[in-house]
Amino acid sequence: MAIEIEQPRVGLSKVAVSKTHGEDSPYFAGWKAYDENPYHETSNQSGVIQMGLAENQVSFDLLEKYLEEHSEASSWGKGAPGFRENALFQDYHGLKSFRQAMANFMEQIRGGRAKFDPDRIVLTAGATAANELLTFILADPGDALLIPTPYYPGFDRDLRWRTSVNIVPIHCGSSNNFQITPEAMEAAYQSAESMNLKVRGILITNPSNPLGATIQRSALEQILDFAVNKNIHLVSDEIYSGSTFSSSEFISIAEILETRGYKDAERVHIVYSLSKDLGLPGFRVGTIYSYNDQVVTTARRMSSFTLISSQTQHLLACMLSNKEFSENYIKTNRERLSKRYDMIIKGLKKAGIECLKGNAGLFCWMNLSPLLEKPMRESELALWKVILNEVKLNISPGSSCHCSEPGWFRVCFANMSEQTLEIALERIHKFMEQRKRN
Amino acid sequence: MTQTRYYRTRSPEPEKEKTGGGGGTAMRVIVPLQGVVQGRGGLVLGSIIPCALFYFLQFYLKRNRDDPDDKNESNSTGQNPTTRSPSSEHLTELPGLTRSLSRALLSPRNSGPVSISARVSGIVKGGDSPYYMGLKRVKEDPYDELDNPNGVIQLGLAENKLSLDLVKDWLAENAREAILGNGKELSISGIAPYQPFDGLMEFKVAVAGFMSQVMENAVSFNPSQIVLTAGATPAIEILSFCLADTGNAFLVPTPYYPGFDRDVKWRTGVEIIHVPCRSADNFHLSIAALDRSFNQAKKRGMKVRGVIISNPSNPAGNLLNRETLYSLLDFAREKNIHIISNEILAGSTLGNEEFVSMAEIVDQEDTDRKRVHIVYGLSKDLSLPGFRVGVIYTFNEDVLAAARKLSRFSATSAPTQRLLISMLSDTKFVRTFITTNWERLQRMYVQLVAGLEKMGIKSIKSSGGFYCWADMSGFISSYSEKGEVELWDKLLNIGKVNVTPGSCCHCIEPGWFRFCFATLTEKDIPIVMERIQKVLKPVN
Repeated sequence: MAIEIEQPRVGLSKVAVSKTHGEDSPYFAGWKAYDENPYHETSNQSGVIQMGLAENQVSFDLLEKYLEEHSEASSWGKGAPGFRENALFQDYHGLKSFRQAMANFMEQIRGGRAKFDPDRIVLTAGATAANELLTFILADPGDALLIPTPYYPGFDRDLRWRTSVNIVPIHCGSSNNFQITPEAMEAAYQSAESMNLKVRGILITNPSNPLGATIQRSALEQILDFAVNKNIHLVSDEIYSGSTFSSSEFISIAEILETRGYKDAERVHIVYSLSKDLGLPGFRVGTIYSYNDQVVTTARRMSSFTLISSQTQHLLACMLSNKEFSENYIKTNRERLSKRYDMIIKGLKKAGIECLKGNAGLFCWMNLSPLLEKPMRESELALWKVILNEVKLNISPGSSCHCSEPGWFRVCFANMSEQTLEIALERIHKFMEQRKRN
Repeated sequence: MTQTRYYRTRSPEPEKEKTGGGGGTAMRVIVPLQGVVQGRGGLVLGSIIPCALFYFLQFYLKRNRDDPDDKNESNSTGQNPTTRSPSSEHLTELPGLTRSLSRALLSPRNSGPVSISARVSGIVKGGDSPYYMGLKRVKEDPYDELDNPNGVIQLGLAENKLSLDLVKDWLAENAREAILGNGKELSISGIAPYQPFDGLMEFKVAVAGFMSQVMENAVSFNPSQIVLTAGATPAIEILSFCLADTGNAFLVPTPYYPGFDRDVKWRTGVEIIHVPCRSADNFHLSIAALDRSFNQAKKRGMKVRGVIISNPSNPAGNLLNRETLYSLLDFAREKNIHIISNEILAGSTLGNEEFVSMAEIVDQEDTDRKRVHIVYGLSKDLSLPGFRVGVIYTFNEDVLAAARKLSRFSATSAPTQRLLISMLSDTKFVRTFITTNWERLQRMYVQLVAGLEKMGIKSIKSSGGFYCWADMSGFISSYSEKGEVELWDKLLNIGKVNVTPGSCCHCIEPGWFRFCFATLTEKDIPIVMERIQKVLKPVN
């Protein structure tokens, strides 16, 4: 019979209650729908097929084979030599052997056309952390980063939430295949200025998410020139660099710098991770590669908040320094992704759907604008809902990627078996047939 | 030879006896800051001339400042030359970052024309503190019984190597299966794909069980209230982000873990207000002192959002008793603020006192749980700092929701989780590990204290942690931070022993030093003592 006294609510911070985590958007809502009703080949054939998550599951077997044959990677063997050092190792420089292996792997992906110095590699627990960390280092609260649209929805959260930095979009359109132009960059810069926002950098994703295409050499040159001109930083998120369908089409900003004799390099920073190319997002492995000594030093210190487990570093150092494994993996992974891409493009074409011509990544950029009632965001979202709830496919609407043209959707194809992909294509086909009839 | 250990079933010891304090019980007067204004008539000139110069300087700078149209000029307020602070290792403890986040005007230097944020330019010179320099020296010249008998012995790093052999043996037999799966089937698909960023539920269950075990089952932890992070370092930072806004403050009793300056303040813009504890109280927390600090802060217009306690405390090694914990909760309730209880050393108690978790306190009080948040991790109690496993345990659903989302920036690695699920589920192993570890810590502590005592160095009786918090004020040349750092330097460079001076921990009384003993073997102790003896020259 105690009297209930209302306790004053002990408050939380603005960061804690802010919606900048962005998880209320369709991008994430679709995942939720999948979580609640996931498709399964045998036990839940009418469930939602996940095509909104850019995960690479096509090459697991290669990883398993490696681990099976190399027990030293996942254990410390008889007498466990090196275990003690590994268990105690919390040095934010990271295991030298692992950094060396990462540098080599990054070089291999670029066909040896660029060199990476292991001492410029800073390790973080995932590219999510790497991008946030760089933002903390390159910009102050209230400043702005320019990012070409459409872009990865996670950036809104990763780059802005705790940092209080703003994103100003560089608008790209289908008329030129969403390529980044100097005019668009300048317009974005002016837009930031007019809002009194200090621009600190431009962030590109190359190959692009969600476009699934690499950035051309000429565009990269223009982007670098723009950064030099405005005296700002250039962050190149190359997380999909190993997921190109052919080895020659990807050009890294590192290569551009090399041809320029590394002039202006101190403003360039590359983000990489093993989550996409190696299909190991659960391992939480990301890196910042910076040509700026001060950024490297600071990023290293800040990485204390996001260190990679030493056990994981040990495992991956073994795996990635095995040249035979890594060469074979890169080659095979490319072939399989390419095959998947062909499969989905063909299947969509049969259903009367066109996609942007892509050459990389774990997804394709699908054009459903002809299906929209009106060329507006609301129609796109309505269509997205129908596809999610009736066709039971979770795909990502372009508006969550800040695409300025409604009707585009990102469709992931590497996170499922071929059979499941077939089923997804069948469902799309049926859906399109139905619409034609109506 | 074994000390008797306090177990939960006994009643707590009636008195905590101090094994010694600095020069008697009288509190020494702290030497005031050297900002004492001197001069009389000079006072006027002394104020006007600098002001005038200052204004002229500003005027000069303004005229010669970057023209926004001139694209070649640097936009920054300056960058710090990094050459004088080479990066050091073992950076999870970082006391050099005691400065606030104000835009320090550093000497401009073009490492490149493009600037980095003001937020970090003040940080770049963080490597100068004794704490860092000591760690660097050890790395450059580490003691080894056979290979480098004249090297520097490490007593400045809170690592526990005493029981690693037990973990090693377990891993040698079980690691592979543990990571990839039992039986014949190796499955990478269990660990490769995206996992919940706040940790696998199985791992949360295992960690909750472990936490309960190290606290002798006095309290049970609900896995659903756990958020896992890549170490306790991000756990503290995430809580700081969740509970306070930029410019707000936490009250933290001193001396405290040097890393808090980085974890709580660096990227969050949150301040720490020191609440001094004194040797007269054996450095125990005083609620009266908390209250005073809170009121002072309020007067200064600072909003206090919470208190951060460490239990066991670092560096003093105190446990907070039940009464204090209840009083703390009352205090927090009265001021409507949060409590962060850093219990990372809960399993490393020395057996002479009862450890009580904040979780046990709120267990009994149904109200007020929402203001209590516990930080834990496997770096100390399980000796696995490299594996990066930290815990936020909270009773507040809103904090839980926010922390879960924020854990994406500092997530634990899946294969490591798998490995540890196996290990922590092996309750027999865990039990053996915990009790063996207790014994070894206790033994080492006793030996170290005895050794120091023989040289006339008294220390606070420690009840937990890897530290001996010793009073060396009788051996410093001047009763000041300067004197203390001089002694630290001698100990490091002449004695080749790395210890942590109390000033790194913001201790208000000079002369206290932290000796970590859990990185030593028994054989090392006499050598350590010999070396310290060499250095000490009593100052009258």
